[in-house]
This record gives sequence, C-alpha cells and structure tokens, in this order.
Amino acid sequence: MATGEHREEEDLTDTGSHGRKATRRLVLGAALGCTAWYGTMLAGAPAALAATQIVGAGSTFDFPFFSKAFYDYTEKHPDVTVNYQSIGSGGGIQQFTAKTVDFGASDVPMNSAELTRAGGPVLQIPITLGGAGVAYNLPGIEKGMHLTREVIADIYLGKITKWNDPAIAKLNPGMKLPDMAITVVHRSDGSGTTYIFTDFLSSVSPEWKSKVGTNKDVQWPAPSSVGGKGNEGVAGLVKQTPGSIGYVELAYLLQNQMTYAQVQNKAGTYVYPSVDTVAAAAATKPDVSSTNFSIVDTSCAQCYPISGYSWVMLYKAPADPTRGKLVKEIMTWLATDAQPIAKTVDYVPLPENVQKTALSVLGEMQ
Amino acid sequence: MTERAMSAAAAAPSGAHARTLRSAERIGSTIFVGALQGSCWLFLLIVGGLAAELIWGARLSLKTFGIGFLWSSQWNPVTEQFGALPFIYGTVVTSVIALVLAAIVGIMSAIYLAEFAPRRLGAYLGLLIELLAAVPSIVYGLWGLFVLAPLVANWIGPGLQDALGFLPFFQGTIYGVNMLTAALILTLMIVPTITAITRDLIIAIPMRMREAALALGATPWETAYKVILPSVTRGIVGACLLAFGRALGETIATTMVIGNRPVISASLFAPGYTIASVIANEFTEATSDLYLSALIELGLILLIVSLIVIGMGRLMVRLFVR
Amino acid sequence: MSTISLVQRRRLNSKVWIALCGIFAAGVAIVLLLIMGYIVREGVSAISVPFLTRLPRPTGVSGGGVANGIAGTFIIVGIAAVMAFPAGVLVGTYLAVYSHRRVAKSLSFVADVLAGVPSIAIGIYAYALFVEPFRHFSALSASFAFAVLMIPLVIRATEGAIALVPRELREAATALGAPESRVVLKILVIAARPGIVTGLLLSLARVTGETAPLLFTAFGSQYWELNPGQPMAELSLQIFTYAISPYADWHAQAWAGALLLIVAVFILSVLARLSVLFGREGRHGGTA
Repeated sequence: MATGEHREEEDLTDTGSHGRKATRRLVLGAALGCTAWYGTMLAGAPAALAATQIVGAGSTFDFPFFSKAFYDYTEKHPDVTVNYQSIGSGGGIQQFTAKTVDFGASDVPMNSAELTRAGGPVLQIPITLGGAGVAYNLPGIEKGMHLTREVIADIYLGKITKWNDPAIAKLNPGMKLPDMAITVVHRSDGSGTTYIFTDFLSSVSPEWKSKVGTNKDVQWPAPSSVGGKGNEGVAGLVKQTPGSIGYVELAYLLQNQMTYAQVQNKAGTYVYPSVDTVAAAAATKPDVSSTNFSIVDTSCAQCYPISGYSWVMLYKAPADPTRGKLVKEIMTWLATDAQPIAKTVDYVPLPENVQKTALSVLGEMQ
Repeated sequence: MTERAMSAAAAAPSGAHARTLRSAERIGSTIFVGALQGSCWLFLLIVGGLAAELIWGARLSLKTFGIGFLWSSQWNPVTEQFGALPFIYGTVVTSVIALVLAAIVGIMSAIYLAEFAPRRLGAYLGLLIELLAAVPSIVYGLWGLFVLAPLVANWIGPGLQDALGFLPFFQGTIYGVNMLTAALILTLMIVPTITAITRDLIIAIPMRMREAALALGATPWETAYKVILPSVTRGIVGACLLAFGRALGETIATTMVIGNRPVISASLFAPGYTIASVIANEFTEATSDLYLSALIELGLILLIVSLIVIGMGRLMVRLFVR
Repeated sequence: MSTISLVQRRRLNSKVWIALCGIFAAGVAIVLLLIMGYIVREGVSAISVPFLTRLPRPTGVSGGGVANGIAGTFIIVGIAAVMAFPAGVLVGTYLAVYSHRRVAKSLSFVADVLAGVPSIAIGIYAYALFVEPFRHFSALSASFAFAVLMIPLVIRATEGAIALVPRELREAATALGAPESRVVLKILVIAARPGIVTGLLLSLARVTGETAPLLFTAFGSQYWELNPGQPMAELSLQIFTYAISPYADWHAQAWAGALLLIVAVFILSVLARLSVLFGREGRHGGTA
C-alpha cells in the first residue's frame, strides 16, 4: 500500500521525486547531525551541571562588576556558580518579588510600596558605587568645560537653549562657545542613572523638583530633548549630534573617550567624575541605609555631585535555607573581599564603613 | 468537498480489498481533518490566551484611566499620569510610511529579480535580500544611529526640506533621530519580507502565462505588470500585511533612532515615540503596579491598532481586488 | 500617431520600468551590502576559534567566547521550530483548503494581527504561562515565545503557497478519486513546498536575533547549559548584553556575534534555496 501510494502521488503531481529525496536526505542528515552533536555535548558536559547554581537578576549597571566578581568566585569555589543577568533594576525587583531569583539588584533600593508587595522581610545591602558624567559634543571644544549645578538644571529645564548663553560663557571665559542650539539627550529607558541624575537636579533646583521630580524615568521638560536607549544610545546620540549634551554612567564615560564636563559641586570646586571623586562623595555619608541613601550634591572639596549606590536585595528568611546560606556567603564576600575587583572595571569600591553596614545587614539573614 | 472526494474514492475499486482501503481512507481523512481543526483550535487558544493575559495585566490601568487613556498625551511616570496618544501616533505614522515605501521598493525589486534579472544574478540577489531579514534588530538600530541618522540630518532631511518644505511634514529643525529615520529603518527591515515572498509567488506562476501574454504582443513589462502581478495580488497583500505587522511591533531598532519623545508633531523631522519602543524602554524598570499596567495596556492597544489597520487592509482587498 | 510609434513607445515604456525595477533591486542590495560591510568590519577581528568554542569570560579577562550561546540558540530555536512548524503548516493548510469558509477568513485575520504583537509582549505572555507559576526561568519558555512569533509567518507562507497551486491540479486529483486528505498532503503541500520552505526560513530568520522575549524567559547564562528546563544562554541575548556594556572587548564580541547570526542564516537560506532548486529541477525533468 505504501508503495502504491508513492507511485500514485508521483503520477498525479509530476513533482520530482528526486528533489524530494534530496530534501529528505538533507533534512534527515541535518537532524541526525544535530542529534549527534547534542548527544556529544550532553555526554561531554563538564561538572558545571553538578554545581549549585545561584540565580540573580537586575541592574544593568552592576553587570560588569558582578560578572567579573562571580567569575572569580567560581574559580575559587568550583561547586558554586552564580548566574546573574542584567534585565534592568525594575526587572530585578519584579523577579525578586516573584521569587524567580535568589537575589535581585537595583540602582535604587526598593521603596515601602515595593517592600509591601515583596511579601516577606527584605534585606537591602549597598554593593557598589557609581556616578554619571555630563558629556557634550561641541566641535572644536575639548573635554573639561565648566558647568555649575544650576546651569545644568536650567539646560535640562529648557531655560538655557544656546551654547553661547551668557550663563555658560561666564563660566568658561577662554572658550569660543558657538551660537548653537543645545540638544538635550536623556535615557529613554528607565534607569538608575536617570534616578541619580534627576535626584541631583531636584536637589539643586526647586523648580525641577516641583515641575519634574525624581524617578528612574520622568517627563523631560526641555523642548529640544531626545531620548536614547541605554548608555550606548545616549553616547551614540551625543556623538552624532553637534550641540548636544547628555548624562552617561561613569564606567561608560571612562571607557569610551567621551568629551565631558567638570561639574561644580556644592563646595564650589569644579571636579571631573572619577573613581576618586565619587568615593569622596560617598565618604561624606557614613550612615547610608536603604531608606537614606542619596549621595548627590554632597559638600566637600573633591566630591563629585552626581553619585549613587547600587543595591542587592535578599529575603531575610529564604524559602530554601541551604541556598540562602550560600547566597549569604557569596554576598558577604561580594561586599568585602570582592570590592577591589570593582576598581579594575571602573567601578568605585565601597568605603570601609559602608562595607561594615552591609555586613551588619547581612548578619540579620537567617 | 469531503463527501465528493469520498464517494469518488469509493466508486473506483470494488470488493473486500476496496472496503478495507475505503475504511482506511476514511480513518485517514478523519485524522487529517481532525489534525487541521485541532491545530486551528490550538492556535486560537494561544492567541486568546495572549489577549486575555494582556487584558488581565492592563486591568488596573483600564480602571484608573478608562477610555481617556487613548487620547491623553500625558506620560508622566513621576505623577503616574499616563496616556497613549503620542505613542499611537508615532507607531501608525512610521509604520504606514515604511509600508508604502517598502511595498513600492519590495514589489518592484521582486519583479526584477523574478522576471528580468539574469537567472544567476536573480538567485544571488534574492538570497542576499533574504539575509536582510536575518540581521538582528539591534544591528539595524546601531547602523541606523551611526550611519543613517547623520545621513538624514545632513543630506536627506535638508534635501526634502528644500523640495517639499512647504508641507508641514517637512518643516522645523532637523534632528538626526526622528520619525523619518525610524520609518526608513523600518522600511529596510520589512523590504526583505515583501521581496522574498513576492519573488516566490511570481516564480511559482506557470511559464505559459508569460508565453501567452508575450505571444499576444504584450511587452515584457506589460506581461509582468498586467498579467503576472494581478494573479498574485492577494499573496502580495498578505505579504504586505505581514510586513506591516512587523513594522508595528518592531522594538529595538525603532527605539534607537526615533528619539523617544512622547510629543505629537506634524513634522517628520521631529523626534517621536512608538508603542513598542516605550514598552521596551520602560518595562524592565517599572515597578509600580499602575505604571506596569499602563505599559501592558499599551501592548493591548498595539494589538487593537494592528487589528484595525489589518482589518482595513483586508477590506480594501475585498473592495478593490476583482 | 502611427501604430509603429505606439509600439515603440510601449517598448520604451517597458524598458524604463524594467530599469527602474532593476535600480530598486540594486538599491536594496547596496544598502544590504553596506549594513553587512559594517557588521563584518566591526566583527571579523573578534571571530576566532576560542570565540566559537569557549564560554564567556568577564571583561578584562581575554579569550572569552560564546560557545554556550551558540548551543543555546540551536536548542531554543530548534524546539521552537518543532512547536511552530507543524502547527503553522497545519493551520495554513486549513486556511488555504477551506478558504471560502468564514472561520478560515477570521483565522487568517487573527494570524495577521498576531504578527504585529511586539515580541516583548509575547515574552510577557510566555513568562506568565511558564516562568511565574514554576518560579523558574527556562529555555522551554523562550522556545514557546519564539514559536508564537513564528506561527503567523508559517501560517501566511503556507496559506499563500498553497493558494497558488493551480486549481486544475487539485481538481484533477480529486476527479481521479483521491481522497481529500491525500490531495492536500501529497499534492497541494508538495507542490507548494518552495513557498512553505521560504516561509519557514523567514520565520527562523525572524526569531534568530530576537532579544526582547528572552530577557524574562531564557534569562541567559554564563555557563554551559543544555537542559531546556534551565536558564540558558542565547546568542542574541549575549549580543544585547555585550552591546549595552561600556567595554570595547565586549563590543567587539557583540559584533562578532551579530556576524555569526548572519552567517547562520546565510547557511539556512542557501539550504532552503538548494531544496527549492532540487524540487524545480525534478519538475522540469518530469515535464520534459
């Protein structure tokens, strides 16, 4: 019957049986090849399968530091792997709340509403530090333009719209500022960097605070503003658009040779964003906690005013105590011994007192 | 149809063997029709589940903002005031421009590749164009940002403004990232779909159609345009609708080049925003329930927008084709 | 005006239009080459044997690769294809065979609408169905999301290709007494194969390179993982993560990954074309 069927179909359709055979052979070959490959891979799968995998998710800002740190951790403890994925701070909080991950990471600690949703006591520990630089693109003008906090706020409010505005010219007497419209660039995706930046603007400008506010994403008031996705989107827009200004996270700024400004701090000095100036800002607030965490617009000679902490969230009483114990061990290591790693990837290590704070919070974990 | 086929099959052979054959065929047919219908039900279930999931996720926003969500142009995450109008506008404008451009370019390229190009060249170019469909969105986005956006800001934009500056669509400051750039990137992304499908449709047309038309004295172009093309109109419309769906839902590439500004402006040189972009931008960072719900409602609106637009497309086919 | 000049005008007209078509085709090809050239320029220096065979390493540690992402892409897309192809082809066949039915019309409408749903929304859907209830990310949930993305494309391609099979072929088969199931399976589907294969290929191309639905489903991994029930690395997800990082070595890897994706789809396209070519040669042989 099978052969009869076959012949009949050939007679009817006149479609080439040899074409079909070739395809069949191809498909069969491909399928066999794939299966064989998959089998070999499974058989040869290294011991990693046997290791305990701790899963974490959240902040994209933390990812380079975490990836380096956890890589080193697994080299020391081959029986533990930590799979951290950068899905965004908000995503990290959501996944943490949904209990699909062992820990979450966010550039802004969870607020009271979010903590209520978490359905259990949550511990939040500071884990690393960062800042945002103010990058610009003005043909012929090098890095180091002086900008005061008020001028930055006015630019982002749309009150200063030209680069040769007297307010900017006054700060940079030697510079030949062009008669060029300012294009304000911001992050279009919600981000911890935006939170730190708007927190900074709110604390220097009452008008910003009342009209716009502080958040991971806001309604940008300047009529000439455009949004770019991620640091690379903002950096790309600034590079593409003469006359633009934008804020970019510290590691990105340092790695990508961008032109960025010296920002005047509360004490009146003009400072570049750097590992040291951000650390100086952090040092002014020894008693940082998840409810009192802002370190923008601090007052000391070397303080960079647009700085902030990043956080890790853990459940105080994890559902699986053995995994919980492991997570606690990893986080203890991350908050202390792993901190020197941060500097190698342009992140700012936690000051000693903050490391202690982190440890004491971790101590509450059961 | 089924009965006719069955009785035809039944009429041919006779005897006991035929009876078993017949019952085997009947079982086969039943299984076959069952599989077809079953898969349709499964498909409906999947889509229904998707719609239900979106409605469920959007319930908070639906309750809070009601129907006003559709024409409010506020989008303020700080005060939690959300409205969808700028996003709907940006999505529809960029996608429609992209579809019109891509349909023209895609169909004409396909005609060339299938009918007029030297055989080998046609095959190679066809293959190349299919590759365009494989380039990841983010690559289009980066390419658009670094290559296309400056091109639009310095050449295409000013050129259009000189030629057509009296129209409101081409007035004002030319930003590199704007709705026009987004529309052009979308065009590039959907051209391969339209070209590849149209080319396959044309290739599948029997040679004798062409021979007949040519024998009647039609020029090669008339053969292609008046004989070949009309016989595949339905397929092309299908391809275009598919491409349009892709343009409506495209996320990363648009996000990189549209400027992400929730403001409605007539000028194509102004930055805009699309529904898919705002979801991609803000979904991973939104933590308040209402904010998330508003984003999901945007997803629901996108579903409804594509429903309406595709519905209109189909209506037009029914009215104008044949 | 004489007839000759009318004919000449028509011939000229024909040439102009054909040239215009050629220009458009060339334009598309040139833009494609520009984009490809851009990727090749950025990516080719980072492609090496270690890049293909090693696991990812953090920034600052040289010699990392995307072997796990390549494996993950095969597994996730493979499972998605297993889910989407039969379902899509069956639904597409139904729509083409019963095209006069009201149900078919609304179903094909639904398929078009589904094609417009942003991939991130489908990611949310897969997340709600598979990840949230089990509190566990998995490659399977990503495959489901991909399958949902692929199905409308497969449906449309199948429907379009079958609708194009000459009516006489079907009528002749039916008149000869072939039962409907066989007419459809052995005649319509076989005759429509080139179109269906193109559709399958396009649907594969569509999902390789999709990132948004993976964030909340496949999740990603730095480790060697082949169990589809676990979080798994995927190439486009790795590209995305690397592309948004600040480091030059990761950017280079992102471009190399993009290049890899394109090469993979290039191979797919060639395979599909070959199968179509074989099919056609066979047909020519038959009629000759």
